[in-house]
Amino acid sequence: MPNCQETLKELELFLDSELPNAQIEEIMAHLTGCTDCQGAFEFHAELRTIVRVKAKRDHLPDGFTDRLLACFEPQPESD
Amino acid sequence: MSAKEQFSTDAMQYAPQLFSTALRMTRNRLDAEDLVQETYIKGWRSFHTFQEGTNLRAWLFRIMTNTYINKYNAQKRKGTEVELDDVEELFLYKRLGSIDQSQLSSSAEDQMLDLFTDDEVKNALESLPDDFRMPVLLSDVDGFSYKEIAEMLEIPIGTVMSRLHRGRKAMQKMLYEYARDRGLIVEPTTIEETGE
Repeated sequence: MPNCQETLKELELFLDSELPNAQIEEIMAHLTGCTDCQGAFEFHAELRTIVRVKAKRDHLPDGFTDRLLACFEPQPESD
Repeated sequence: MSAKEQFSTDAMQYAPQLFSTALRMTRNRLDAEDLVQETYIKGWRSFHTFQEGTNLRAWLFRIMTNTYINKYNAQKRKGTEVELDDVEELFLYKRLGSIDQSQLSSSAEDQMLDLFTDDEVKNALESLPDDFRMPVLLSDVDGFSYKEIAEMLEIPIGTVMSRLHRGRKAMQKMLYEYARDRGLIVEPTTIEETGE
């Protein structure tokens, strides 16, 4: 089983879903028995959620959808 | 359903995501509108090259990313790679993760969600240099894999990983400074030094 240092080193890849299953299981096993690392993983998972949610809160400008739909019309030769 | 109808239906569902990412890339509403519009025009013109059954969302984001890079000459300037200050590992966690309830103002409690406003998160992202902003946006906001990001930005996966790592740390530092400047958290002058 990886130690704390080895576990924290994989934090980003873990949260990015970029680790192979075997390694995920090892990390999960460590986290089960280590509240310190568990705290760090939970903190960063929550931070990810916050960034994802908050950075996406934008309203489409008025009439923008119509302008985008117009992109799908045959293109005129000149404008 | 005609190809056009199919494409417009399928592609339009991604307009809000594309627009948000375009805003964070260009940092300007009008430029973001132009960028998304150009993405759809290019997508529509080259729709015949899209392989059905593959990921339309990733395809559109790739067009938008390429358009942005080409249009703003971002990222590709040789030898002008911007460096970021080195930020210590787990920067924010060390300051907020184990924070004492009493160090947070009562209104913020220990809810990180309330600690940062939408604008602060957006500003932190937008203040990253292009080289770092693009991978962080495509990963943290849009959820693309390292491989997809490497293909979109035409950089090796290892470079994606190191830029994500450093970009995220820089962002954490900025978020921390926003919260501190608003008086939501107290500077941890003694947290690490006192090992008692």
